Amino acid sequence: MKLRFVLNGESVEIEVRPDRRVVDLLREDCGLTGTKECCGSGECGGCTILVDGDCRLSCLMLAAQLHGREVVTIEGLSRDGRLHAVQEAFMEHGAVQCGFCTPGMVLAAVSLLARQPHPSREQIREGLSGNICRCTGYVKIVDAVEAAARKLANGERR
Amino acid sequence: MTNVLIPESMEELRQILETHPGARVYAGGTDLLVKMRSGVEAVPPCLVCLERIAELGAVSERGEVVRIGACVTHTRLLADPVATEQLPVLVRAVRVLGSRLIRNMGTIGGNVCTASPAGDTLPPLYVLDAELELRGGTGSRIVALKDFIRGPGQTVLGENEILAAVRIRKPRMFNLFHYEKVGQRKGLCCSAVSLAAMLRVSSGGVVEDAALAWGSVGPTVVRSREIERMLIGKELTAEGMREAAAEVGKIVSPISDVRADAAYRRAVAGNLLLRLAARDGSSP
Repeated sequence: MKLRFVLNGESVEIEVRPDRRVVDLLREDCGLTGTKECCGSGECGGCTILVDGDCRLSCLMLAAQLHGREVVTIEGLSRDGRLHAVQEAFMEHGAVQCGFCTPGMVLAAVSLLARQPHPSREQIREGLSGNICRCTGYVKIVDAVEAAARKLANGERR
Repeated sequence: MTNVLIPESMEELRQILETHPGARVYAGGTDLLVKMRSGVEAVPPCLVCLERIAELGAVSERGEVVRIGACVTHTRLLADPVATEQLPVLVRAVRVLGSRLIRNMGTIGGNVCTASPAGDTLPPLYVLDAELELRGGTGSRIVALKDFIRGPGQTVLGENEILAAVRIRKPRMFNLFHYEKVGQRKGLCCSAVSLAAMLRVSSGGVVEDAALAWGSVGPTVVRSREIERMLIGKELTAEGMREAAAEVGKIVSPISDVRADAAYRRAVAGNLLLRLAARDGSSP
């Protein structure tokens, strides 16, 4: 099928099998390897992307479902060479160890802060509970999301 | 290759199902796509995604009945004023279902049709005596949820028939709503045992009416009129619940699996009644 959607702010048109998983479309056809596949069954959040602004699992969506939608992957968060406030906060707080869960974690945090600009630590933990990290133990990730909320409240880049 | 069709109206869906024998419908894909990939479900020649049919994605109320379209996502349900106001027992369960990611994709209709004994919406829908609106090529029918699910993953859904909506009568006769599940973790937890309860409790703390349903302790959700009757006239305290809790182990039929063994499930099923009594009964 001819698939048309908006990918990281740009309209794209691509010939693709309708049953291709979105994670494969992004990684293999579009070359955007920031989106990771870990469990492939919706239990880890590694493949998180934003679809029309909210977080979704790209391993459990088929290409045809993207038609007319707006998709943001980790590659689409920076603007003019500057990282998103959530990405900066992850760096500043050492909320990254092996890094494999980080793209999904960052995108889940971005969507959390979009709907809940001032979350408590408990709300952050709940908001990110679909994203699993096997290295950091989450404390620094929660610290980073708290810091990102402050950055965004102070008017720093989205 | 499997074709994927995404109808935008019920009429379009009807035509697709008529002309594509063997097609499978899905909404969020959080169960079916996983099972297809692991080989548990056969890959059909055609998949039909229902997420863009507006009629299936709406919550409405008419008089005493709340109608939830089958493709209402869990996130959408949690944001719906009618559902949060009128159906607290269901909302409590949906709040702890999966994760935000799963709740953004998964739907109430999908949870019902998947018919997992661990499905989080099922015990609340059983205590609410939910009815299902099924639509087929030749017309529609209403089936009680308890008659719809026949076993794990088994329903009476016919060929070319879909679940269009869940209908629930507002539970006016109850004033305490409760859902608790026990599993291996909090987030993304598949329940090892769950309990949904609606009670009417007098100002003096005595149970006047009760509806109880347990999940993950049998091939389908377990509801027991006997246990419900045992609660009536008892104080809503751990002491008041003790006799009924001891009976729960006799009416459930759990299995042992990776999440818990049968003896544990049996014990916890009863203990969840004690925990119901220990909770703060004043919250809605």
